[in-house]
Amino acid sequence: MKPSLSRRDFLKTGSALVIAFSLAPDALGQAKPALLPGSLNNNRMLDSWLRVDADGTVTIFSGKIELGQGIGTALAQIAADELDVDLKRIKIVHGDTALTPNEGQTAGSQSVEQSGTALRFACAEARGILLNAAAAKLGVAAGALTVNDGTCVAPGGKSAAYWDLVGDANLKREAQASVKPKPASEHRWVGKSVLRRDIPKKMTGGAAYVQDVRLPGMVFGRVVRPPSPGARLVSFDEAAVKRMPGVIAVVRDGDFLGVAAEREEQAIKAREALKKSARWKESASLPPSGDGLYEHLMKSRSVDSVVSEKTSASAAAPAKTLNATYTRPFQVHGSIGPSCAVAQWREGKLTVWTHSQGVFPLRGDLAKAFAIEPANVHCIHAESAGCYGHNGADDVALDAALVARATSGRPVKLQWMRDDEFQWEPYGSAMVMKLSGGIDAQGNVVGWTHEVWSHPHNNRPGAPDGVNLLASWHLEKPSKAPTPADPPLPTGGGERNSIPLYDFPNQKVVKHFVPEMSMRTSALRTLGGYSNVFALESFIDELALAAGADPVEFRLRHLKDARAKAVIEAAAQRAGWQPNAKGDGVRGRGVAFAKYKNLACYVAVVADVEIDRASGKVRVTRAVSAVDAGQIVNPDGVVNQIEGGIIQSASWTLLEAVRYDRTRVTTLSWADYPIIHFGDVPQVEVVLINRPEERFLGVGEGSQGPAAAAIANAIANATGKRLRALPFTPERVKQALA
Amino acid sequence: MADFTLRVNGAARRVSSVAPDTPLLYVLRNDLELNGPKFGCGLAQCGACTVLIDGKSVRSCSVAVSAAATGAITTLEGLGTIEKLHPLQRAFIEEQACQCGYCSNGMIMAAKALLDGKPRPSEREIKEALNDHLCRCASHNRIVRAVQRAAKEMA
Repeated sequence: MKPSLSRRDFLKTGSALVIAFSLAPDALGQAKPALLPGSLNNNRMLDSWLRVDADGTVTIFSGKIELGQGIGTALAQIAADELDVDLKRIKIVHGDTALTPNEGQTAGSQSVEQSGTALRFACAEARGILLNAAAAKLGVAAGALTVNDGTCVAPGGKSAAYWDLVGDANLKREAQASVKPKPASEHRWVGKSVLRRDIPKKMTGGAAYVQDVRLPGMVFGRVVRPPSPGARLVSFDEAAVKRMPGVIAVVRDGDFLGVAAEREEQAIKAREALKKSARWKESASLPPSGDGLYEHLMKSRSVDSVVSEKTSASAAAPAKTLNATYTRPFQVHGSIGPSCAVAQWREGKLTVWTHSQGVFPLRGDLAKAFAIEPANVHCIHAESAGCYGHNGADDVALDAALVARATSGRPVKLQWMRDDEFQWEPYGSAMVMKLSGGIDAQGNVVGWTHEVWSHPHNNRPGAPDGVNLLASWHLEKPSKAPTPADPPLPTGGGERNSIPLYDFPNQKVVKHFVPEMSMRTSALRTLGGYSNVFALESFIDELALAAGADPVEFRLRHLKDARAKAVIEAAAQRAGWQPNAKGDGVRGRGVAFAKYKNLACYVAVVADVEIDRASGKVRVTRAVSAVDAGQIVNPDGVVNQIEGGIIQSASWTLLEAVRYDRTRVTTLSWADYPIIHFGDVPQVEVVLINRPEERFLGVGEGSQGPAAAAIANAIANATGKRLRALPFTPERVKQALA
Repeated sequence: MADFTLRVNGAARRVSSVAPDTPLLYVLRNDLELNGPKFGCGLAQCGACTVLIDGKSVRSCSVAVSAAATGAITTLEGLGTIEKLHPLQRAFIEEQACQCGYCSNGMIMAAKALLDGKPRPSEREIKEALNDHLCRCASHNRIVRAVQRAAKEMA
């Protein structure tokens, strides 16, 4: 494997000079460029964001990719408004290492904030340039022109359209962000629930996914993963499998085993045969299950840091102190479509069609894995099933590329089988949250501590010191897995959303980062946010109960942020919240709140539950949510994300945990990992608080945490029993009620 | 290896040199290049691969092509096109009844089988008909609304 280059090495190589220059001109002794808005700052050329074509269309380029969250539609709405063109004229190219800006990962609910903001400013500036070109052509002042769907009209009626000005308007220049985007009152598309552009083809069998990519001469690949994380391949019957119908190649490299065949079902049969004949040496490498997992996590070597601390000398001493420990198991992304990629080698160059959330970081890791220049790897994004974070998308790209080395230039489409995904996707980390809080005689919180133990939440490709692709670690000459990253707040990992937004006079938040992973973990929707909000917002209710206070009033009393208060009040109002109402043993109601990452959208959720005391089954019957995401680009898009987040969170919270023994992951199919079904899905209502003059706030992950805590609080409200260990399975509920 | 003539979306489609036990899904996707049915689990657990055979909702990942050759097969493509949408497809678009859309094929096909037999199902009946179809983005409520909308339009 090629070692990573230092900055000095970068500057020495001619081909990388451009990269270093565009990223950091100050390194060359130049003045630091002005800070530009959103992703424009790292991708400063206007023509890297949009192109106007003579055929009457505008193509926008985004490094953020569509994964079913509707980002393509939202970005098109923003561009159409700033350019004054009809939405139909906008084409979009997502995530292509040869064509689009590098915007890193599509993650963290940041696409509208980063890509949308960049496009907004780039398109506003482009409109100004186009207007000037029209003015020059028409011999009038630019200020005298009006624009109607891309046609600039002068007083008197003379006109010039953007598409006629392609030769005159030069967008090959660095953005200045000097043109102020439109105020909300002038938006025609932003703020409207425009129908998503990607849906019609998905509903009619159009080619919409990487699984639908078909290339001339394409063959089908499958991988044969080790039966357990610690297993080494001892032997297998290569000759017998090579004789099977349609088999083109059996690829073995260390502990990596893959196969290519003419037909997909032949590849699957060959995989089965390989699995049957392969002998592995296994070892027990997995952590204990059940409560033992959390003891193990808390005893593991950790890097400890204080995330937040404040003290007040004037605060009263606590009259009552409570302690509680909350846990969350390993959980999967569980994409309905297993990960898939198409790879092709031609003259030493690799092209990969991938549903990776970050085509540029993937390109870098593939280049390192094959010890070739990144310029020789072309990653093209194609959609797949929703991923909700870092699933097998990147790993399968390397699998396909490894198998494609043995197919003489024929492209290989390789999709994981269901068990590959369950056993090998990186999981959301198991976590422990230990909280302590004190209330004074008036029932106000005077002290608060939150300790969190967690494995890493970000082991995506793109790390400086290794390769974050599964198969690369199994090769005969393995790549080094990078040192697990622990990015600080505001990004954060395990500590995300661990700092309360409430105003407590004494507060301490401590993170115990456990870098040695007992299971492979990485980014699952919200990272640590889901677990921390679950714990924090459960504990607030525990303190409210101890203080004899109503949970809504108790939260409002401790909040200063008016926008936070507004979502709690709106959700409570819509739900018909009755202060101090007690559950009846079967039915109950709970509330919870978070500002995602403490910097993105504000979300409050009120959940109603119904408990079957005999079976222990909990059903969420209704969830009401209120959301403030600043200026809303596509209201229905926001509702869809919040609603989906609540229901997915209900599934995580009530049902989901990875099963394993000390050697193997035993979750292999949906039968081993039930998720929520139609019959158990709550009715969901979402109240939007639009703030057109405020900046965009990311929304995609905002409801996950509050939904979990609202359910926990509703169960406590219904039964008087507090559940602190996720998931709230019937067995656990029955045990609590016994 | 054998040759089969399948009746797919009203047309006779010849496929040659296919093992008789090949799951119908791979023949539809790879030989006939139909994108509607999706590989989800291969175990008839998720529903992403659903097609209709003689009007009945079937998991194409778990039906051999030889068995399917006797029936009339309908895939998502057979319902309608972007230009001429089936009411269910139109309703799914109008209700924005998906996020990623990977499960939509199964939802629409199962709903088609339901509505063909029961044009005005109750909400409960819709949920029962779709209960063994998994959706991970959690668009369930939108999907139910879309089926109700289509039922209304088709009535």
